Amino acid sequence: MAQVVPANQKWWAGGRSPFNVEYGKLMMWYFLMSDAFTFGAFLISYGTIRFSSNSWPDPNFVFRSFPGIGEMNIPLAFVSLMTFILIMSSVTMVLAVAAGHSKDRKGVIKWMLWTIVGGIAFLGCQAWEWTHLYHQGAWWGSNPFPNIDGTPSTTNFTNFFFTITGFHGFHVFSGVVINIIMLIMTMRGVFDRRGHYLMIEKAGLYWHFVDLVWVFVFTCFYLL
Amino acid sequence: MSQDSIHGHPEVVTTHEVHHDEHHGHHKETFITKYVFSQDHKMIAKQFLITGMVWAVLGGLMSVLFRLQLGYPNETFPWLEDILGRWAKGGRISVENYYSLVTMHGTVLVFFVLTGGLSGTFANFLIPLQIGARDMASPFLNMLSYWFFFGGSIVILASFFVQTGPFSGGWTFYPPLSALGDASPGSKIGADLWIIGMALFVVSSLLGGLNYISTILNMRTKGMSMSRVPLTVWALLFTAVLGVLSFPVLLSGLILLLFDRHAGTSFYLSDIFIAGKALPNEGGSAILFQHLFWFLGHPEVYIIILPAMGLVSEIMAVNCRKPIFGYMAMVGSMFAIAILAFLVWAHHMFVTGLNPFLGSVFVLLTLLIAVPSAIKVFNWLTTMWRGNIRFTPAMMFAVGFVSLFISGGLTGIFLGNSTLDIQLHDTYFVIAHFHIVMGVSAFFGMFAGVYHWFPKMYGRYMNNTLAYIHFWVTLVGAYLIFWPMHYEGLAAMPRRYMDYSAWSSFNQFEGLNQFISTVAIIVFAVQLLFLFNFFYSIFKGRRVTSQNPYGATTLEWTTPIRPGHGNWPGEIPEVHRWAYDYGKDDRSFIPQTEPIGAHESKH
Repeated sequence: MAQVVPANQKWWAGGRSPFNVEYGKLMMWYFLMSDAFTFGAFLISYGTIRFSSNSWPDPNFVFRSFPGIGEMNIPLAFVSLMTFILIMSSVTMVLAVAAGHSKDRKGVIKWMLWTIVGGIAFLGCQAWEWTHLYHQGAWWGSNPFPNIDGTPSTTNFTNFFFTITGFHGFHVFSGVVINIIMLIMTMRGVFDRRGHYLMIEKAGLYWHFVDLVWVFVFTCFYLL
Repeated sequence: MSQDSIHGHPEVVTTHEVHHDEHHGHHKETFITKYVFSQDHKMIAKQFLITGMVWAVLGGLMSVLFRLQLGYPNETFPWLEDILGRWAKGGRISVENYYSLVTMHGTVLVFFVLTGGLSGTFANFLIPLQIGARDMASPFLNMLSYWFFFGGSIVILASFFVQTGPFSGGWTFYPPLSALGDASPGSKIGADLWIIGMALFVVSSLLGGLNYISTILNMRTKGMSMSRVPLTVWALLFTAVLGVLSFPVLLSGLILLLFDRHAGTSFYLSDIFIAGKALPNEGGSAILFQHLFWFLGHPEVYIIILPAMGLVSEIMAVNCRKPIFGYMAMVGSMFAIAILAFLVWAHHMFVTGLNPFLGSVFVLLTLLIAVPSAIKVFNWLTTMWRGNIRFTPAMMFAVGFVSLFISGGLTGIFLGNSTLDIQLHDTYFVIAHFHIVMGVSAFFGMFAGVYHWFPKMYGRYMNNTLAYIHFWVTLVGAYLIFWPMHYEGLAAMPRRYMDYSAWSSFNQFEGLNQFISTVAIIVFAVQLLFLFNFFYSIFKGRRVTSQNPYGATTLEWTTPIRPGHGNWPGEIPEVHRWAYDYGKDDRSFIPQTEPIGAHESKH
């Protein structure tokens, strides 16, 4: 939460936060750095194994279905929709934070609600995709999709897919839970009594981070 | 005392308001809130310390048991069967038990004693006191950090009591031994408990680390710029950053491992035969786990040694009555160590088939660590040079730390060379190296810290005579145990064997092994003397009668002898100078709280 500060303020001389933020936001930033290393380790492991494999299944073949329209061949359409939903939920989160800055309780409630809807919609899409793949015989330890060059594949394509998208989905789920708690606290006027909507900002940081991670997960599994 | 003044920082208006919500019923202290679910950083520090002591005794006892086997492979000890039952049938430790003991000795001492017990204790105790804060940024998360640590401890402890025993494949937890339940008895439920225990430990370390970082950055009192904080605080800051960035990678590695264990995946498994039967796993890489593990594992050794370095620097300056030599060089070299910590992990993997060219890069980066390490060593030596040294027990241990750090560090230069490592890898030379440089020396830093700050923790002194006995026996003992191991290692005696008598090249060391085991038992016994001294002194030690018994400059000695929750009864003192104004302008010391005088010389 930015405050008016005099010029030539000695930021690091003690007695104040050198970044002009309260401790919770600082902790959130460091936590996100830490979490970035968790995902980084997963994705680098994925890269290592994929790089050392002779060939790998083709995402355009694996992810070609869309719910409700039968076996039409439209590669990556559904995951594009998922990604669009998640990015839109980031936009609504920005609007919720902005509403918080102007202490507009109704605005915060409205945009938090949309963010939660977006998060749940994303999780729903992921549940459909997982179920669909499961019915095709894909799961941890079993991979029905051949390599792109026609050779038989190892199970590591599905192993990494379910583990990493699952871990990401778990993060989205936690984010939705956090957002619901924030929504309830907003509706009960907790932040109005405090005089600031900092908690919404911190939840927003987490939410944007989870979206950012999805961009990398999306790239690694669906595009490359 | 209002809540506002408890948490200070009127500038950051939001801080104490957030705190309000976390402090309901703060002032009605019951036994539970004061000693069990305490949110006072000083009490949490003591909880970490005493839990760490319990673990140190258990971990040390494990080493005594397997040293009995190594020193006396042909003897039987009927009393072992009495206490260990079927794990020591006929008075001899079983093979599974031997490997479990070695594995858990490593796990317990590296993580639960020298990480949780060391930085958990001193980061909690010293950060708020030395930077001038009422408590940690979030006392609640700080409490959770301890209880996750405790929970992890209980899970690891529980693995000793399951039918198939605790994990036995080494503290580095390499697959396939850790990934396949059929690989050994310890690879069954024991390995799962190890993973769960370590996951809880990682959460604890994350909560603690986030708190330490944000407290140091955000909550320094007025005037306490980063160039004025004591070196302990710098060391603990770098330690926390290392922990926050490296432990998550271990967690990722363990999650993948958990899937390999229970979901039929092959992240780390490929082309494996177990008891003549081929497993279907294909395409994974056991080396991948080693990379993930050592990306934590190497920073972990600095997580262990940096706090000890910080404690030693502070104790040296106080007891030499001289400013620490090269304050900024100390900070800079710790920063360099923290950066290099992330760039050297593959030197643990020179013999895994790593590309020799890549190996040579890691050799260079590894040997670069010698530069900041040497800067620190010379700074300690020059701090002592012509100092007016008070050889208190804390100072003795600090000097012992420097001695051990030099001895163990020099052999690190041997091992950092990939070509020499081909000969020395997996021999006793490695054991000798890391036990001296990070095991015993970190313990010396910890002992120095405990002896030095015990009066601040409990308002009483520990007994000096017992402390000197403890020091000398431990120092001489440590060298007697680990020095001969260098020779065994140079003679290619491999690690991890429980009985060498079948090899004529190695059974020449029978007498030497007996000697090492005997000394190890004596050193272990002397640690019990330390524990007696510690607990006896809590209740019966000589009382501290003055606020600043050492004549130290730092802020913790401006608090009351037994500070309450909030540390300073009135306003938090303001700071006007760095922490090392000793022997300046004919004064023994000038506290940090004293304004710069009109005619004061520059340091």
